[in-house]
Amino acid sequence: MTQRITIDPVTRIEGHLRIDCEIEDGKVVNAWSSGTMWRGMEEILKGRDPRDAWAFVQRICGVCTTVHAIASVRAVEHALNLNIPVNAQHIRNLIAAAHSIHDHVVHFYQLSALDWVDVTSALQADPAKCAEITAPLSTWSLNSAQEFTKVKAKLQGLVDSGQLGIFANGYWGHKEMKLSPEVNLIAVAHYLQALEYQRNANRIVAILGGKTPHIQNLAVGGVANPINLDGIGVLNHERLMYVKSFIDQLDEFIEQVYKVDVAIVAAHYPEWLSIGEGVTNYLSIPDLPTDGTGGRFRMPGGYIENGDLSTFKPITRHDDPFLVNGVAESSKHAWYKEEGPFHPWDGMTNPDYTGFEDDGKYSWVKAPTFNGKPMQVGPLAQVLCGVAAGDESTTKHLNDVLAAFEALTGIQPEIKHLHSTLGRHAARAVRCGVLKDVLHQEWQALVDNIATGDTTTYVKPEFPDGIVKGVGFHEAPRGLLSHWIVIKDGKIENYQAVVPSTWNSGPRNSNDELGPYEHSLIGTPIADPERPLEVIRTIHSFDPCMSCAVHIVDTRGTDVTQVKIL
Amino acid sequence: MKQPDILILGVGNLLLSDESVGVHIVNQLERDYDFPPGVELVDGGTAGMELLDFIASREHVLIVDAVLTGDAPGTVVTLQDNEVPALFNNKVSPHQLGLCDLLGALKLTDESPQNIFLVGVVPESVDPGLDMTSTVSRAVPAMKQALLAHLATLAVTPRAKAEATCV
Repeated sequence: MTQRITIDPVTRIEGHLRIDCEIEDGKVVNAWSSGTMWRGMEEILKGRDPRDAWAFVQRICGVCTTVHAIASVRAVEHALNLNIPVNAQHIRNLIAAAHSIHDHVVHFYQLSALDWVDVTSALQADPAKCAEITAPLSTWSLNSAQEFTKVKAKLQGLVDSGQLGIFANGYWGHKEMKLSPEVNLIAVAHYLQALEYQRNANRIVAILGGKTPHIQNLAVGGVANPINLDGIGVLNHERLMYVKSFIDQLDEFIEQVYKVDVAIVAAHYPEWLSIGEGVTNYLSIPDLPTDGTGGRFRMPGGYIENGDLSTFKPITRHDDPFLVNGVAESSKHAWYKEEGPFHPWDGMTNPDYTGFEDDGKYSWVKAPTFNGKPMQVGPLAQVLCGVAAGDESTTKHLNDVLAAFEALTGIQPEIKHLHSTLGRHAARAVRCGVLKDVLHQEWQALVDNIATGDTTTYVKPEFPDGIVKGVGFHEAPRGLLSHWIVIKDGKIENYQAVVPSTWNSGPRNSNDELGPYEHSLIGTPIADPERPLEVIRTIHSFDPCMSCAVHIVDTRGTDVTQVKIL
Repeated sequence: MKQPDILILGVGNLLLSDESVGVHIVNQLERDYDFPPGVELVDGGTAGMELLDFIASREHVLIVDAVLTGDAPGTVVTLQDNEVPALFNNKVSPHQLGLCDLLGALKLTDESPQNIFLVGVVPESVDPGLDMTSTVSRAVPAMKQALLAHLATLAVTPRAKAEATCV
C-alpha cells in the first residue's frame, strides 16, 4: 500500500518548503520538493544603479545577508572587467569566512542537532561518564564532569518549570533517537556553548563590515575600510588584534568541539552514512581570492560526476566558460510561464500558478542544471572537490574527523560514506576547519600587505554605454551562489540570483530528473509516518535556508508543522 | 544617575513593502534625533542569531515591527514583556521566528533582556516592493510617538537634531 505524507511548515509569507513523500513498505519511493512562495525580488532591482544592488540584495534573506552582497559586487565587477585591490580581497575573505563559520556552527548545533539528540534523555546522564567519553578526543576545558553537572541541573530546571522553550518541539522519545544519555548531555552542553562561541564569528564580521547584521563596507571596486595602523576610527592595529583574538577562539571551538561532535554523532548513527545519498554530481567553485584578478584562491572548486572523484574537473577561475556557460534553469515543473531551460542572463520570472501537480508544475523554485544535469552543491561538494584537488587543509580536517570516527567505532570510513545525510554534516565541520585556517592565513596576508605600505582598498568603477553582462560567484555556506547581471547604459537591465538552495531544493528538471532533495529521500526508511523524523534529518542535512521553518511553534506551544497523511 | 541600557531594534524585510516599517522607523529616528549614551539603535533586518549579542542581558529592548494581530491594516499596537514572545509565535514573517528563537536561546544562556516593549503595526501589503502602503505610512508618526513616550518613562528624551541646529 502506498501512503502519502506531506510535510508543510504552514503557509507563511516568505520562501518556504513543502516536502511530499510516497511511502511503500516503510520506505520512501517518491518525493517532491516544493518552494511555496514566489519572491520576485529581482524585479525590484531593474532600472537601478548597479553600484547599489548589493545593499538591496543583502536584504533578500536574513541568514545570507553578506553572501548576497559579495556575489552582487562581484557580478558588477565582472561585467566591468574590474580588478580590485588585494586588501579589499583579504577583507572580503575574512568577512566571508567568518560568516560561513557562524552559519555552519549555528546550523549544526541550533538548527539540526535536535534531529539527532534527545534532550530529555540527557537528564538520565552520568556527568562523570560524559567527561570520560570526551577525554580521549578533545582537550576542551569545558568537557569536565563539573560543567556537565551544571548543564544537567540547568536542563532539569527547565523541565521542572514546564517550559522547555527552544527545546519544546523535538521528536523526544522517537525510537530512531539512539544516543546514550551521556552523549545527549554532551550535545546539550555544546549546544549551549555554541550559542556563546558563534558570536565570535559575528564579531569579526561586525568589526570589518562596519555594522552587523548588514555590513556597510562593501563597494563595487573594493571595500570602504580606510586602513591606517595608527589611526583612530579606521582599520588599525588594535582592531586587527581584536579580530585575531576572535579567530583564535573560533579555532579552538571548531577543533575541540565541532569536529569531534560530528564524529560522535556519526559513530552512534552509522546507518546514516548510507542513507540520503541522492544526486552525486557535485559542483563547487574556487573561492576566497588572494589577488586582484581572481586567479588564485584559498579554496579549490570543480565538478565531480556520479560521486566518482576520478572524474574531477577543476574550475580555476570564476570566468571559466565551462562554468559560466554551463548553468541553465528549467521551469517545466515550476510556476513560471516560460519553461526554458534558459541561461540566467536570459532568465524570466513571470509567474504562472497552477496548483500542486504531481506530474506538472509544483514549485516556485526553478530547476537549475549544469551542462544539463542536476547538481548537489554545498559543503559536501566543496570538500569532495578539495580532496580530489589534493587540497592540504581539506584533506587534513577530513582525516581528523574520519580518525575520530574510527577511534570511536573501530570502523574505517571510506569516501563513499560521505555521499549521505551524515556525510553532509561531516563535510560542513570539515569545511569549518578549512575556513578557520583561511581566517588565520587571510589575517596574516592582510597584515603583511599593509606592512608593505599598501593601504589601497578601492578602485572607482566606470560604466560604459551600451550593454555589459557579468556574473558574481560565491561559494556560500550552502554552496554555489551566482548573481547574474545585465547592465545597459549604467543601469540594471536584468538581474537573476541562482541561490544554493535552488540547486538543492529544485523540482524535477526539463528531463524530469529529480532534484537533490527529492532524490536524497528515495529509499529512506520511515519508522513512523506521523513523525517523519528521517525525512527531516535528510532535508536538514542540506541546511535549507528554510530550515528554521520546520521547528515552528504556535502560541499554544505545539508543533504547527503539519504532517498530513493521505 | 546611571547610564541607560536600551536597545531600539527595528526588524523587517526592506524589500517587502509594509514588512519594512520597523527598519524605516529606526533609520528615521537615527537621522532625526540625538540619543544619549547607552541608547543603541539597530536595523536588525530579518536577521536571527546575529542579533544575539545586541539583545543579550539588556535592561530594555524596544522592538519595532509589522505584526499580525487580526486588526485592520494600519492599527498600531504596543505590547510589553511576556506578551511579546507570544505574539512572535503567531508570526507574520520568518524574521519573527528568529526573534522568538533568540529570546528562547537567551533564556538558556541566562541572558534574557529584563524588559521588552514592542510597537507594531498591522501591515496592509507584504508584496515585494520598496515602498510602504499609505495606510502604514500614516501610522508611522503614531508608532514613533509610542516609542518616544515609552523612552520618556525610562527617563530618556532624545534631542531633535533640527532643534540643535537652530541654536
